[in-house]
Amino acid sequence: MVIKETFSDKVFNFFNVLLTILITLIVLYPLIYILSASFSDPMAVMNGEVLLIPVDFTFAGYQKVFQNEDIVTGYLNSIQYTIVGTAVNLIMTVLGAYPLSRKDFYGRNVLTAFFAFTMFFGGGMIPTYLVIQDLGLLNNFWVMILPGAVSVWSMVIVRTFFQSSIPDELREAAVIDGCSNTRLLMTIILPLSIPVLAVITMQYAVGHWNAYFNALIYITDREKYPLQMVLRELLMQSKMDEMMDTEGAVTQQMLAESLKYAVMVVASVPVLLLYPFLQRYFVKGVMVGAIKG
Amino acid sequence: MTVSRSKKAAAYEKSRSSSLWKKIAPNWELYLFILPVVAYFIIFHYWPMYGIQIAFRDYKGTLGIWGSEWVGLEHFQRFFNSYYIWRLIRNTITISLYQLLVGFPIPIIMALGFNELKSSKLKKFAQTVTYAPHFISLVVLVSMIQTFLSPSVGMVNRLIEAMGGEAVYFMTEAKYFKTIYVFSGVWQNMGWNSIIYMAALAGVDPSLHEAAIMDGATRFDRIWHINIPSILPTITIMLIMNVGGLMNVGFEKVFLMQNSLNMESSDIISTYVYRMGMQQGQYSFSAAVGLFNSVINFILLITVNAITKKIGETSLW
Repeated sequence: MVIKETFSDKVFNFFNVLLTILITLIVLYPLIYILSASFSDPMAVMNGEVLLIPVDFTFAGYQKVFQNEDIVTGYLNSIQYTIVGTAVNLIMTVLGAYPLSRKDFYGRNVLTAFFAFTMFFGGGMIPTYLVIQDLGLLNNFWVMILPGAVSVWSMVIVRTFFQSSIPDELREAAVIDGCSNTRLLMTIILPLSIPVLAVITMQYAVGHWNAYFNALIYITDREKYPLQMVLRELLMQSKMDEMMDTEGAVTQQMLAESLKYAVMVVASVPVLLLYPFLQRYFVKGVMVGAIKG
Repeated sequence: MTVSRSKKAAAYEKSRSSSLWKKIAPNWELYLFILPVVAYFIIFHYWPMYGIQIAFRDYKGTLGIWGSEWVGLEHFQRFFNSYYIWRLIRNTITISLYQLLVGFPIPIIMALGFNELKSSKLKKFAQTVTYAPHFISLVVLVSMIQTFLSPSVGMVNRLIEAMGGEAVYFMTEAKYFKTIYVFSGVWQNMGWNSIIYMAALAGVDPSLHEAAIMDGATRFDRIWHINIPSILPTITIMLIMNVGGLMNVGFEKVFLMQNSLNMESSDIISTYVYRMGMQQGQYSFSAAVGLFNSVINFILLITVNAITKKIGETSLW
């Protein structure tokens, strides 16, 4: 069936394409600018010579980044927090989601309400801090892992996936063959749930990598700082000087300026590398959680 | 008589408990699975809720929660009489509303537009690019904002100067704070937030569109009469969630963008709680302020949910 487009449809399409390109460029340009500036001579960046492509191409910024001990320590810490944290998240989320997905799990409604309530009400910053203090978790590695061990939202997404995408007959057949719940979960349910597990793994991992709030509140030992805390100090400390534009601050500003762009790139690269591989799962994951949930 | 009755009761109790046992026993593993998750919620979510009572006490670390003196509503009174309360509430609400007004419709419009693109290459490219900023950390995002808006080296100010204007101190002028906050948020999240609407649009029955085309409907007609009504339930759910979180302005980004010169429009309830509690050690007072915030939020969510339930059939619960 071929239908001739009307004039108004053509106008619509023209503006739609134009707007899409415009929006894409608005999002893309700052990213390209930061990338190009990171490979340029800091003087050229400050003089506004860098507009799109690097000027006086150099790796100096990156060298400075990897020579900076704070950044390297923070980087290694963040890698540990992210790996251990995501593993804990994944295990806890599956452990919570699987029982809740079973209609024959007695108490499932009560438990769902028990978990969901925490999405809408909580103790707040100070009472939570006191609990963490009582548990002896201040300045402890695990304070970056345990307080966010499960997200209710992710648990709901996984539960919904288990319910809607894995036929109940499969479970019944396995149970008749004498399969235990543990084996059922490990050998049948989980292998069938790779798409949704990929989505929540990515969300958790990105969350850990980008987090600074827990570190800000619970960690004072600089040796344990995650990368984001190091970045915050590095990139924001000199900001007042710069904004007040005092002459004396110029040399210090130069130093920060020389590695600023490189460090932004280095901090963002791990998550941005992960992203294209997982992109095809996004829509699926969001859909499962939101529409049918 | 009494003996037989208690016997009956005992038998009833027994059958009841055994039937409960019958429900649980076959799935004992499932209870084992969920145990650590329940423990997590008790320790990290319900235990702090129990600790909220310090808002009504004069908490001293050495005395513990129970040992600290009960003072009733004293901290709330102090907050209500404080010089900052209206500034905090005003900033919290205006930032939220501004964000809702600008940030909520854009992803919907974007999804509707992307959905009509005929070139799947352009669509894919636009999606890939606009989703990407979602993954950048707030620390990097705020540094980017500072870089682009810097009065000495920032691109925006260079542009202003090139056009004959004078450099603007964006980050230190209170009046620009909210606009910068909202639009940088739009830049970062419009693509990501549109995914959910894209997913809803993918579920629209194509036969509806075919029929409409036969009847001579233009693209615009079809968006208005088919696509928008189809994704309305999704829009409603997202709106409830957004309005319900009206008093929950993200602490992390505001805190990063805050400085002593823009406090007038950047100080919100959560940053105030942080300053009073974590930096000045006034635990009870800031717990009271935090509780005030959570309760208002909770009431808002319930109200919005009730209203939407009455108007349409979509609601959270």
